[in-house]
Amino acid sequence: MTGSQVTQLTIFIVLFLVVTVLGFLAARWNRGSGLHQLEEWGLGGRRFGSWVTWFLVGGDLYTAYTFVAVPALVFGAGALGFYALPYTVVLYPIVFLPVVRLWSVSRTHGYVTPADFVQGRYGSSLLAFLIAITGIVATMPYIALQLAGIEAVLRTIGLNTTGVLGHLPLIIAFVILAVYTYSSGLRAPALIAFVKDILIYIVILVAVIYLPTHFGGWAHIFNQAQTALQKTNPATGKAFGSITLTNTNQLQYATLALGSALALFLYPHSVTGVLASRSRTVIKRNMVALPAYSLLLGLLALLGYVALAAGIKPVSKGDTNTIIPELFNHTFPAWFAGIAFAAIGIGALVPAAIMSIAAANLWTRNIYKTYLRRNATVEQEGRQAKLASLVVKLGAVLFAIAINPQFSIDLQLIGGVLILQTLPAVAIALYTRWLQAKALIAGWVVGMGWGVYLLYTIPAATGKGHFGGSALALGKLSIFGWHPFGASTVQIYVGIVALVANLVVAVVVTVIARAMGAKGGVDETVGTDYNTDAPQEAEPPLAATAV
Amino acid sequence: MPSTPTTPSPDTPPPPQEGAGRVSGLIVNPWNLLLLLPMLMLVVPWFNHTDPALGGLPFFYWYQFAFVIVGVGCVWIVYAATKKQRVDTTTPDRLSVDDLDEGGRA
Repeated sequence: MTGSQVTQLTIFIVLFLVVTVLGFLAARWNRGSGLHQLEEWGLGGRRFGSWVTWFLVGGDLYTAYTFVAVPALVFGAGALGFYALPYTVVLYPIVFLPVVRLWSVSRTHGYVTPADFVQGRYGSSLLAFLIAITGIVATMPYIALQLAGIEAVLRTIGLNTTGVLGHLPLIIAFVILAVYTYSSGLRAPALIAFVKDILIYIVILVAVIYLPTHFGGWAHIFNQAQTALQKTNPATGKAFGSITLTNTNQLQYATLALGSALALFLYPHSVTGVLASRSRTVIKRNMVALPAYSLLLGLLALLGYVALAAGIKPVSKGDTNTIIPELFNHTFPAWFAGIAFAAIGIGALVPAAIMSIAAANLWTRNIYKTYLRRNATVEQEGRQAKLASLVVKLGAVLFAIAINPQFSIDLQLIGGVLILQTLPAVAIALYTRWLQAKALIAGWVVGMGWGVYLLYTIPAATGKGHFGGSALALGKLSIFGWHPFGASTVQIYVGIVALVANLVVAVVVTVIARAMGAKGGVDETVGTDYNTDAPQEAEPPLAATAV
Repeated sequence: MPSTPTTPSPDTPPPPQEGAGRVSGLIVNPWNLLLLLPMLMLVVPWFNHTDPALGGLPFFYWYQFAFVIVGVGCVWIVYAATKKQRVDTTTPDRLSVDDLDEGGRA
């Protein structure tokens, strides 16, 4: 390790200790009737106001991995990586109305997870079970990716992250995270998110103001980047990318942005963040204010071009996730790079904590309580969720250690396609119950099966292998041997294709079932449940919500 | 952040509970249509070129940054315009009265 790496590591450790103390203190913050109840531990008592929700959901959606991987994608492929911006712009108008309906119905009936809602809406344990399992399976690799984000930083600092000993810093970080999440529940990431965001905002603003002038202005940077991207990639024989889209990837860009936006609030951790807020107004205000992070993400994506123009090389060949840490390492003094690394590291802890809580809630409510212990008390429920959150984190660490990081990226890609298949049962059900539970199950099976199969058929950039990405050439699309798009090379996001198949099956099966006189199950919700608001709207000042 | 109370006073007589709103439960408001406008950002051919650049940023990039403002603007207008919308605050829920009153507690 060099002297500057020691400085970086010291700052990283100090800031990490600060958030650890905060994580434990969080248990006492604005506390309700006791953390042994699932609603207290797993949803912060549904009492978070506008500010807390902004930091919590912001920390939840814009993860460390995003901050590392989006610029890395721009660095590697150019304009396509910028899809993160349209994704987070169309996101809020799309979810603005459904999310407040979900909040209202969940509050009225005490739902903690999206699968709780599906159970209540359709009275079908099987459908709720499928939704819960999909959520858990899609969340696990997402947590593992947060670890990949931390490890990219650790590698830049010069810590070798191979073997069990090399993973030790990561294991220590996660044990600490697991312990304070266990004791404080959702309040821990909510409080830590403040620190994370302040650090991230400082770092990005400095980077975006300082770096372009340092490297000769944006015009020069884009010129250099375009030259670098136009070089031939020896693996594919084609250019690496371009600063604008090509004819074949424009549709992919739009469908990837749309599909990702549709998927995001189906993820259990996003739902957890929303359900923890105090009122409809809190959520609506946040839908207006959260795009501040989108601006940040867009600016950060451009740093991928700055890295190209600056001639930054990853720590080791192909390890593009280290591009942004390396850029900071080369252009900032050691102490500031240390702050930036701590921001990314802490940025990984917040979503990892929320995701493990969300997965634990799903396990407890929709598997443990439905199948294993039907008459569990609220205390047993709470204890089970806390234990489950430990298991989930342990699983994610083992995952990160045992499995090649590239594989966890593949799984995350699959996770996005999988979670999108819960859209008909969760999102459409907020508006209509016309689709029947059996039809939704059939649609889920087809969407899942076909989506994963299509991902399997996509080769890596070298033309060989499987799970090489989420872009499918339309010409490869075959419905029982029929190629509706001929030999087109235009690419599309697989998730959208699978979702369309899912919806078509759900509609067709519903029409047939209704023609045969099938009745849907029991719906325990009524129309007004979806518009209910909390009686008290007054927002306490920020100071009053602090510890 | 200061806020204006947007809900009817708790004195409003409770609506009939049994089956109320089973009919629809949908609140239709024309302002909501404004939420469709930001979807135009997905029409890629409109902005997939480099000129005219702004401050060195190719059109592709600054156009999409500008759309962040369009997105925020549309959501904000819908939020502001539908603030006074009648919502039901009287339906009982499973949270105890004590919990509900703890919002402002330090």
